[in-house]
Amino acid sequence: MKLNLKIWRQKGPSTPGNLVDYDIADVTPDMSFLEMLDVLNVGLVEKGETPIEFDHDCREGICGSCSLMINGNAHGPETGTATCQLHMRRFKENDTIVIEPWRAKAFPVLRDLMTDRTAFDRIIAAGGFISVNTGNAAEANSILVGKNIAESAMDAAACIGCGACVAACKNSSAMLFVSAKVSHLAQLPQGHPERSQRVRGMVTQMDHEGFGSCSNTGACEAACPKEITLENITRLNREMLRASLIS
Amino acid sequence: MLDSKIPSGPIENKWTERKFENKLVNPANRRKHTIIVVGSGLAGASAAASLAEQGYKVKVFTYHESPRRAHSIAAQGGINAAKNYQNDGDSVHRLFYDTIKGGDYRAREANVYRLAEVSVNIIDQCVAQGVPFAREYGGTLANRSFGGTQVSRTFYAKGQTGQQLLIGAYSSLMRQVGEKSIELFSRHEMLDLILSDGKARGIVTRNLVTGEITSHTGDAVVLASGGYSNVFFLSTNAKASNATAAWRAYKRGAYMANPCYTQIHPTCIPVSGDHQSKLTLMSESLRNDGRVWVPKKAGDDRAPAQIAENERDYYLERMYPAFGNLVPRDVASRASKRMCDEGLGVGSSKLAVYLDFQEAIERLGESKVKEKYANLFQMYEKITDENPYKTPMRIFPAVHYVMGGLWVDYNLMSNIPGLFVLGEANFSDHGANRLGASALMQGLADGYFVAPYSIGNYLGGEKLAPIKLEQDPVKATTQAVKEKIESFKKIKGNQSAETIHRRLGKIMWDYCGMSREESGLKEAISKIGALKEEFSNTLWVPQDDKCLSSEMEKAGRVSDFLELGELMCIDALERKESCGGHFREEMQTPDGETLRDDTHFSHVAAWEFNTEKPKLHKEALTFEYAHIAQRNYK
Repeated sequence: MKLNLKIWRQKGPSTPGNLVDYDIADVTPDMSFLEMLDVLNVGLVEKGETPIEFDHDCREGICGSCSLMINGNAHGPETGTATCQLHMRRFKENDTIVIEPWRAKAFPVLRDLMTDRTAFDRIIAAGGFISVNTGNAAEANSILVGKNIAESAMDAAACIGCGACVAACKNSSAMLFVSAKVSHLAQLPQGHPERSQRVRGMVTQMDHEGFGSCSNTGACEAACPKEITLENITRLNREMLRASLIS
Repeated sequence: MLDSKIPSGPIENKWTERKFENKLVNPANRRKHTIIVVGSGLAGASAAASLAEQGYKVKVFTYHESPRRAHSIAAQGGINAAKNYQNDGDSVHRLFYDTIKGGDYRAREANVYRLAEVSVNIIDQCVAQGVPFAREYGGTLANRSFGGTQVSRTFYAKGQTGQQLLIGAYSSLMRQVGEKSIELFSRHEMLDLILSDGKARGIVTRNLVTGEITSHTGDAVVLASGGYSNVFFLSTNAKASNATAAWRAYKRGAYMANPCYTQIHPTCIPVSGDHQSKLTLMSESLRNDGRVWVPKKAGDDRAPAQIAENERDYYLERMYPAFGNLVPRDVASRASKRMCDEGLGVGSSKLAVYLDFQEAIERLGESKVKEKYANLFQMYEKITDENPYKTPMRIFPAVHYVMGGLWVDYNLMSNIPGLFVLGEANFSDHGANRLGASALMQGLADGYFVAPYSIGNYLGGEKLAPIKLEQDPVKATTQAVKEKIESFKKIKGNQSAETIHRRLGKIMWDYCGMSREESGLKEAISKIGALKEEFSNTLWVPQDDKCLSSEMEKAGRVSDFLELGELMCIDALERKESCGGHFREEMQTPDGETLRDDTHFSHVAAWEFNTEKPKLHKEALTFEYAHIAQRNYK
């Protein structure tokens, strides 16, 4: 099929960018969205033009690198899907597709469709862990964790840190990301000793990075490729309240 | 012959013995040592965190945006450990034995024993970090089975075990970043190794955002840069996974061991067209419940549901009744290839076999199957647009892992003093074939429990002269990196590195893939020579390299893959036997199984770089504890 692509081009973080039109033919339904961009890039190189930069790596929806705003939807039209798992069979002949980077103050554009999401790493460094040095651990089965609790913690821990929640949010809030980590660790007995410190550290860093506030619209949940639920934000708020009550 | 520095004494005591012999660095002196860690996957992140916890100054380099995006994250099925929680006869000795046998008697016994020994500590450590492993109703840890074993020793977190283990190691690493004991350099790619007085003292990196070339010095360098499966272009590895860090170390004198040992994973989603950019694995854990079959009649084009039970050949169950669908990966892959070669393949390309869950769904119910494999089934459906609850999966083998890598001794140090190599980047533990759920185990064993001891021993025993950035080995190495980049820019051709990479991959798959033979390997070497020539005449990269430029990144990686591909073929040609994933057509049993030649090839082949042709060094492999035999999974 033939498609018209409008792709955001931006040379660097401090230069202005704009949408550029590209026509592409011979797109097959089995191609993934990123393979379609690969084909476009090979064509650009053959013409001596600079190819389009976009983040990607595992291409199976787990590394969290890919990050495209497709027709205004973070990761495109399908629910529970990262950009790399989106296939061209979801589009039709002569469609116009607008492709942009994540837009958030805390995620500056590096080039074209690539942004800098290291703010997420700094939030993790501020408390998203259990302090246990190598060699300190007790025998694994001495810590019992109920099956349901382990599964609920796993559902929260499934976050891939892609930033779609931030991109989808009108306030560029990182609450879903932060809540997923807080929720993962707060539910497990191993996470209890540091729970107050953790939630305070992470939320403080989140605010410091310039992410906006949460206004409960749920756009983040709808965009999340791993279907992390709003329930986690509730749990984060509860953890925050708990931390402030006991401090 | 190479000295592997294996401790003396019985195998059960070797590691304890070595830990006691090791020299130590006083806690107050540790902060005076800088350790450079390249790579932030399971091995790199766990080593960096553990070393920083002990008090060393650690610098971590990753070409990823964040350490959490390292390719370990994509491992699905699980991690082995000899806990014997299932009371089914597992032990350290059995895990050791299974791994040696699975590797077709081409791994070093002492290393494998240590791996099995520390496996139990890994699970403890990960649970303490909050890794949400699957649990039983009573709250204890659950296990599942994996290929090549008859016990249930695999720990898992749904189909995302690698992700959860990496997040555990990454969170420990980030804790140390927060405490300022680790300095993290993301989007930095290592492009050379700095040697001074013959010791590894630093690296040269390119900042992938600004293009800036800088050098970093320290007292030891740890390479945990992963494997090189992407030499085949199409593999299950992430797109950026590459050989560059290891290869540039090889060019500085580190030996590359058994480069031809490649693992072809039996259950991947088949290629769908010429645009294919990578392949997707379907976890081996699926073979616990999925049954592999092809139609009995060649050219049977009917839909799978229309092919009756008695018209199906469940060939793994037929050929290997003792292990059935859970034979090791190399055995399962070759059997699929054989079926397809005989015209029994399914799907439009005829290069696929069925992996069928109908029996499991009938036995366990769809919800139970969903609980175990939901994310894998969903991933399959997204890619193929077929529902595996209703129709069997189509699968085909694909390159997945490399057992070969930089040569290391028992202490995980390469032949270059001060250069340690961990995880998939080294060659040490899996012999000629890796068992499922053992890569995660090895990465974490190396990083959490081996490297911290070995590196302490090295630093405690060496007198290292201070090294300054303006000194000659640093300046000269940095200059060499800059010149290589300039040489790519001077070509001004019209092909992207990726186009050439795709062609290299085809040569490797055709001649150095699932089966290899002399004339094909020779042909591959000459074809790669021609492709190298073409690369140096027709490559195109943007002239501006002081910015983010993925074409420049790929150019460097592909130039290394071309050289590595050649060495893999040379190694495969030299090894005139079949073992594990290395199948030489000339050497097989009457029923098509691998035929080893223990008299001539019970050794590690370690290659030394030489501008003319690589020089072969050997490390003899002896088996005192594992009874050496023809592998038998019947």
